[in-house]
Amino acid sequence: MELSKLTVVTGHYGSGKTNFSVNAALGIAAKGGKCTVIDLDIVNPYFRTADFGDMFRSKGIELFAPVYANTNLDIPSLNIPLESILADGGYVVIDVGGDDEGAKALGRYAPLISGFADKQMLYVINKFRYLTKEPADAAQVMLEIEQSSGLRHTGLVNNSSLGAETTADTVRSSLGFAEEVSKLTGLPIAATCAVEGAMPAEAPSPCTVKRYVHNLWE
Amino acid sequence: MAEKSLMKGNEALAEAALRAGCKCFFGYPITPQTEIAAYLSKRMPKVGGVFLQAESEVAAINMVYGCAGSGIRCMTSSSSPGISLKSEGISYIAGADLPCVIIDVMRGGPGLGGIQPSQADYYQITKGVGHGDYHIIVLAPSTVQEMADCVTRAFDLADKYRMPAVVLADGLLGQMMEPVAFDDAEIVMSDASNKPWAANGHGNKRKHNIINSLYLQAPELEQTIRDRYQRYAEIEKTETKAVADYCDDADIVVVAYGSTARLAKSAVDEARKQGIKAGAFRPVTLYPFPVNEINAAVKNAKKVLVVEMSMGQMVDDVKLAINCSKPVEFFGRTGGVIPAPAEILAKIKEMGGND
Repeated sequence: MELSKLTVVTGHYGSGKTNFSVNAALGIAAKGGKCTVIDLDIVNPYFRTADFGDMFRSKGIELFAPVYANTNLDIPSLNIPLESILADGGYVVIDVGGDDEGAKALGRYAPLISGFADKQMLYVINKFRYLTKEPADAAQVMLEIEQSSGLRHTGLVNNSSLGAETTADTVRSSLGFAEEVSKLTGLPIAATCAVEGAMPAEAPSPCTVKRYVHNLWE
Repeated sequence: MAEKSLMKGNEALAEAALRAGCKCFFGYPITPQTEIAAYLSKRMPKVGGVFLQAESEVAAINMVYGCAGSGIRCMTSSSSPGISLKSEGISYIAGADLPCVIIDVMRGGPGLGGIQPSQADYYQITKGVGHGDYHIIVLAPSTVQEMADCVTRAFDLADKYRMPAVVLADGLLGQMMEPVAFDDAEIVMSDASNKPWAANGHGNKRKHNIINSLYLQAPELEQTIRDRYQRYAEIEKTETKAVADYCDDADIVVVAYGSTARLAKSAVDEARKQGIKAGAFRPVTLYPFPVNEINAAVKNAKKVLVVEMSMGQMVDDVKLAINCSKPVEFFGRTGGVIPAPAEILAKIKEMGGND
């Protein structure tokens, strides 16, 4: 998919924002673009974008994360110079924590982000998450994130998956759900994400991704 | 079974509790189990249950004590330091013969330790947690689906034997996401209808029930404890559970529980690929410890390797269970560091696995 200079990735809790953000950043880097990833997740203690620091470094992607991310300190201290990062002219991907709670951290940067022209804010959804399996519930969380962050979304990312058990049928069974959320929110489907081999032919805006977030025994 | 969902281990624990009819949850946030409380704060009001964030872990466990006394299914959850705070209450609940479920999603210790995964509370949990002569049931899931299944089983066993049951997980299991399915049955909140001992109002129709752990005469307390130990003997005979993979012809049997069992299983699978006769044994019940099952699993083995995310605690129970009939070695990482399958495989080889 075509990315703006600034991509803000939000989503309901556990929708797969991090995997999408990692894919987006690697996609930019593969095309030779300068890319900065900002891990703004103040909700998850582990399994987060900051886990991919080494991989990012090897691809020339810069990573900013909360000061104590992946340490034993559970303090959401943010020290991210977003203004200078944006002024730098490269691509920026911001991975926001889940739900309205996670989006609170984004609110701090809302004035700066509002004033930036070339941007998109994507709401990631996954039909297989228990509390947001109804389109109305997924749409409600989107509104809560907008209220909490003071920013408006521009598109949806259908990232419906069952982790390692995802097949084309899994993704196919989510297409109606995504359409319904799109109707309820008025947001276009910017991407349908699936791993290679699991993308149904009829998926709108197909975006083949790799699964980077996985367990140690897989 | 219904359609699968993708859930965090902590969320699966919480949803499973609701589905087991857990009407009341009393908790206090602590990483890495806070999702349990966050999830139930959203779900409980929708299904007619009670979510209450207590002022402390001590308060939460004593709310469980009171609620359990009224015969209603209830639960609390915490992580290592929080469980230490709950230890007095757990002893009182056991001393009053009340059923309840306690979730422990272990993190690094001692003290405040850290928020990364750990299994260093095996001694604490399997030896009862608090003071006194008693046991609590301890179940150790190793997948997100099993997190859900263990909660259901914990509530059933707690009610059956009138004692606390613990689901012992670690931060890795609590935070990871996997597909999970729940059956389609409607959620029915528990009541005290099958609990004639409950102190829930006698309405002048029966003698009042007393919930208490104080006994004025020593012989009376001794008899109460002896009666309880008869129940424990029954539990040790009938409620053990374990999973054994490729143990029949294994030279080295690797014993591990919880998330570590999956890392160990990965190492064993790789060992088999390399022609090494390794087997994997996973206790699902930690109390009662699966004594017969482990003896059967190591019958033909030359050596036993215990792997834990600690400096070695379950390893003692393994030695006792097999009466030191085989050499038992240990490999572990601690302090929040997760053992890698490659490290476990290296240890298997070091023990002569490729002789």
